[in-house]
Amino acid sequence: MISALSLFDLVLIILLLWLAWHLLSARDLFRATVLFITYGLLMSLAWVRLKAPDVALAEAAIGAGITGALVLVALGRFGEAESDEAEPGSLWLRGLVASAALGLFALLGWAVWSLPTEMAGLKAQVFERMGESGVENPVTGVLLNFRAWDTLLEMAVLFLAVLGAWSLGEAEEPSMPAPGESLLALVRLLIPLIVLVSGYLLWLGETAPGGAFQGGAVLASGFVLLLLAGVRPIPSLMGWPLRAALGSGFALFLVVAVAVTGGSRMLLEYPPGWEKGLILLIEGVLTLAIAVTLGVLFAGGRPPASPGAGKRGEKR
Amino acid sequence: MNIVLLYALTGCAIFTVGLYALFTRRHLLRKVLAANVAGSGLFLVFIAIAYGTPGERPDPVPHAMVLTGIVVAVSATALALVLAVRFRAVTGRTSFGEEEEAKRDEEPGASSVKAPDDKDGEGT
Amino acid sequence: MPLNEWIGLLFILAAAPFFLAGSVGLLRFPDLYCRLHALTKADNIGLGLLILGLMIQSLSLADFLKLLLIWLLVLLAGSTAAHLVARSALRQGRKPWERR
Repeated sequence: MISALSLFDLVLIILLLWLAWHLLSARDLFRATVLFITYGLLMSLAWVRLKAPDVALAEAAIGAGITGALVLVALGRFGEAESDEAEPGSLWLRGLVASAALGLFALLGWAVWSLPTEMAGLKAQVFERMGESGVENPVTGVLLNFRAWDTLLEMAVLFLAVLGAWSLGEAEEPSMPAPGESLLALVRLLIPLIVLVSGYLLWLGETAPGGAFQGGAVLASGFVLLLLAGVRPIPSLMGWPLRAALGSGFALFLVVAVAVTGGSRMLLEYPPGWEKGLILLIEGVLTLAIAVTLGVLFAGGRPPASPGAGKRGEKR
Repeated sequence: MNIVLLYALTGCAIFTVGLYALFTRRHLLRKVLAANVAGSGLFLVFIAIAYGTPGERPDPVPHAMVLTGIVVAVSATALALVLAVRFRAVTGRTSFGEEEEAKRDEEPGASSVKAPDDKDGEGT
Repeated sequence: MPLNEWIGLLFILAAAPFFLAGSVGLLRFPDLYCRLHALTKADNIGLGLLILGLMIQSLSLADFLKLLLIWLLVLLAGSTAAHLVARSALRQGRKPWERR
């Protein structure tokens, strides 16, 4: 049994390395992108194998799904089949980079090799104090309580990415043929299911793999699907409601972080007994904020100021 | 060789391959893909080490860090892609650096610079 | 191993040839339309058998329903994607292959 599992690992690793190499050296960029999506899906299989189901869910939804869709749409916007790479002529330079990379690999490999075999990590501390975290899934406990600071800053990064994308221009309509009836039928069927699954993942995050990021990513895939099917967003929601949703995650997290401070408690130190409620509140808002952020990033710019767009709160 | 070490070394190899491609490939979209691949190699090292901690369950702290990393990576990728598309629209080029030389060889004259400018004028 | 796990394993093993056939078809068929056919048909049945096997192995209603949902979703997404690929290929003027 053990040898069968090791065989599985070996095949998976060889596939991952092969895919990584081929997706980066493929002449055709479309082919490279498809290989990249495949690579992400196989990577999530590796996460399952290494007992990291939370990461596997996020990788499948974000790493393979959303990133893949982002690259494909960017490829379409680049236009022309200009994907054939004129390989850089300087063989000498490539050789130099290759030998530097090999040296780096040797260094990294040596570092990994010489790690002590039995590292305790921070596992003992986490599991010892899980009772105080307010949730049962240790990963959620770390993300939303023990190291909530990271997640707070992560929301700031997401928000900054949107600011950056919006400052560059308006979202272009993806140039695609009109969606057929079958795609629209699928969208009609999938959207309610996507909302349901996203809520389920959010709720599940308290006790089992799942949470705000996975739920948000699934919800974001709904937005991506709608955009790809050519469904126009409701203009009256593109003004301040959209901006409020984008900022809500970071804003609420910050408000909670400051509000719980006081007395002997530090920033983000939830008062005892409030943990579960606060985490659920933050995660609920985060799910929506992450979904809207990823959807907006997929659209690739600020909403176009069409004549029919909402008149109030239209800040430009 | 045990599984943890195998996956961790694979992560190092993927990271190095991604880094190599980041420096040698010129097309901007390829660079974005390369950065993503390099990042995933790093994640693999983290998760492998988390799996290697003694006991039934892996260490949740690296898991949380990688989760954060995946979300940060996707937002950075999205921003990079928007920048790349914009760069292409403004300059008409798909990579930085001395690509004009290669272009000039194919089609003499400044036409390759002018056409995209027109496109941009329509767009804004 | 209890009996239901053995029966489940049987179904899972029965699924493998379909995936194999689908992959061979993908690699060997002459044009895009035939390849789509090989891919979707074989995978749908293969996945169905796989899911059936897993259902028999788990014997829990919640898992049963979730697995059923997965199968239905993959069927839907797969057929829609195949349809979209074929449609866009037709629009680009790709002629279906004919035996000469």
